Amino acid sequence: MSADTQLEKWEVFIQSKPGANFVHAGCVHASDKKMALQNARDTYTRRGEGTSIWAVPCDAIVASNPDENDMFFDPANDKTYRMPTFYVMPEGAKAI
Amino acid sequence: MELQEQTTVQVDLLKSFEEKIGRDDAIEPKDKMPDAYRKHLIRQISQHAHSEVIGMQPEGNWITRAPSLRAKQILLAKIQDEGGHGLYLYSAAETLGISRTEMIEQLHSGKAKYSNIFNYPALNWADIGAIGWLVDGAAIVNQVSLQRTSYGPYSRAMVRICKEESFHQRQGYEIMAKMMAGTADQREMAQDAMNRWWWPALMMFGPHDSESPRSGDAFKWKIKRQSNDELRAKFIDKTVQQAEVIGLTIPDKDLKWNEARGHYDHGPIDWNEFYNVINGNGPCNKQRMDHHKRVHAEGAWVREAAEAYRAKKEKQLFQSKN
Amino acid sequence: MNQQEVMFKYCLRLGDNALIRSYRLSEWCSNAPILEEDLALTNFALDMIGRAQALLGYAGQIEGKGRTDDDLAYRRGERSFYNVLLTELPNQDFAYTMARELYMSAFEYFYYSGLVASKDATLAAIAAKTLKEIKYHLSHATDWVLRLGDGTAESHAKMQAAVDDLWPYASELFESDTTDAAMISAISAPDPAALKDSWVKHVSAILKEATLDVPTTMYTHTGGRNGIHSENLGHILAEMQFLPHAYPDAKW
Repeated sequence: MSADTQLEKWEVFIQSKPGANFVHAGCVHASDKKMALQNARDTYTRRGEGTSIWAVPCDAIVASNPDENDMFFDPANDKTYRMPTFYVMPEGAKAI
Repeated sequence: MELQEQTTVQVDLLKSFEEKIGRDDAIEPKDKMPDAYRKHLIRQISQHAHSEVIGMQPEGNWITRAPSLRAKQILLAKIQDEGGHGLYLYSAAETLGISRTEMIEQLHSGKAKYSNIFNYPALNWADIGAIGWLVDGAAIVNQVSLQRTSYGPYSRAMVRICKEESFHQRQGYEIMAKMMAGTADQREMAQDAMNRWWWPALMMFGPHDSESPRSGDAFKWKIKRQSNDELRAKFIDKTVQQAEVIGLTIPDKDLKWNEARGHYDHGPIDWNEFYNVINGNGPCNKQRMDHHKRVHAEGAWVREAAEAYRAKKEKQLFQSKN
Repeated sequence: MNQQEVMFKYCLRLGDNALIRSYRLSEWCSNAPILEEDLALTNFALDMIGRAQALLGYAGQIEGKGRTDDDLAYRRGERSFYNVLLTELPNQDFAYTMARELYMSAFEYFYYSGLVASKDATLAAIAAKTLKEIKYHLSHATDWVLRLGDGTAESHAKMQAAVDDLWPYASELFESDTTDAAMISAISAPDPAALKDSWVKHVSAILKEATLDVPTTMYTHTGGRNGIHSENLGHILAEMQFLPHAYPDAKW
């Protein structure tokens, strides 16, 4: 007989309306995919917060390490040429 | 690593952690944090989660006797919210490296606590009103303050909870108002509930600041942002007026407005009772724990079956692929 | 009975099934095997209360004596309740509750699919809303019967016992009497008797997939649809109606 558990952990992402981003809502426990979706529905969309749900097993999520934030994220900070405001447009030009 | 070196690393860690707290940056699960911070959070968040779940019981006592379909709907939705809030909080605590299974074990062994208030019985229908209005009312004052707590997952859970709980206090007050506008029996029940729940509700904020100083780690690390007495005063100040509007008497002859402080002064809280209930001698401590243990034990075969079924299906899938 | 009285009884039957089932489902609150399931069962109880409000409210309108959904739920005697016996049986354990939910939801899936096309616009509208809920209830109950039936030896035994014990109560769902006949002709209500084969086929397939034996009992329990109940209903009403009975003049 298997040992008693509180079942597996899943992270839940909710889309509030069609076309919107899926936003992390929290976590539920469930033993299988279908239960994960049903539990996510009852836990995170009791007030009509969602039109679509993703549930992902927690151990399938890989997270960046905050200790490596310097090397991971800082190099993007000086690449301002990726921003539209970096460029000087001739005066009078429209719709650009 | 040499001991000397290790100590230096720890001092640096603590320094960078405290700088972060100083900047009001949220602390996230993978951030380095002092052990004491982690332990304090696990204790506080799991206690909070257990309180939501145990709190389902006193109100659950009236589900089958709710006097109208509307009342039953509201009560069920409210208790369901509490279960949901327990879930959000267990999830927040889990990000700190403790499992829900462990938290439940700690609850059952007595190592983890839950709010004292749920060790009081819900005796008449007005108690459902009093629990919503006073108990949830007191909890909301505390939870609004906790929305700014320094740990990200806890803070996010509090924001969601505060949003959802805004109806809880209103439904409780509505029950009280209806009963105070009703028959003599109903008014008597309402005042009776008020008398029994008022003082335990004040105790929910914990000991006076003189007993529980502001200088502790919880304040230093911005887990807690306002003191027990500050929060208690906030609750009393808004509740007194609400009681007056519907004609309920607050069971405290010493209660009076203090112009200089800008708050109500209240009579002495019976801390003997408070510690007595904490130590397990409240009217319902045993009943609440027995209920939770029984349900947990009765549900084991269902959880085991769900896991066994999943394992079988995975095995079948694997075999069909090979 | 005249047409109006028949229609009144018909709506009570549908409404009482929802009301009494909501009572049993709500008893699971703070008693479920895992917190997530507690929320799920409470949702079903809420769905049932909503359905009871709609159907009992409509019954009150048809009766035309000014009785509200609450009057009919809280101030009516046991003999005037017309729910099927299956809804009033105690929850026993999670397997029993899931077996009851499967039997009821599978029946309602077929029944309400027909009621959507009723000539009575109010009932058709209630049925359309309810059918969405029923599909979810059926899916949830099916999943659990599969998990428990094909889970551990212990869960299999409990699920088989539940399926067997409740089977004799399922037949009542398919009884077709003069009230049904009148409604079939007046508002194109579905004929329960005509749904039995589909139900047996549907439920048997689920039970087989769950590695359970399909019961073969022929004996049937009956009476609820005509107000002759099991001993359970009296206790349900005593508890549910306690406050309105103890304080008849009070409003809550």
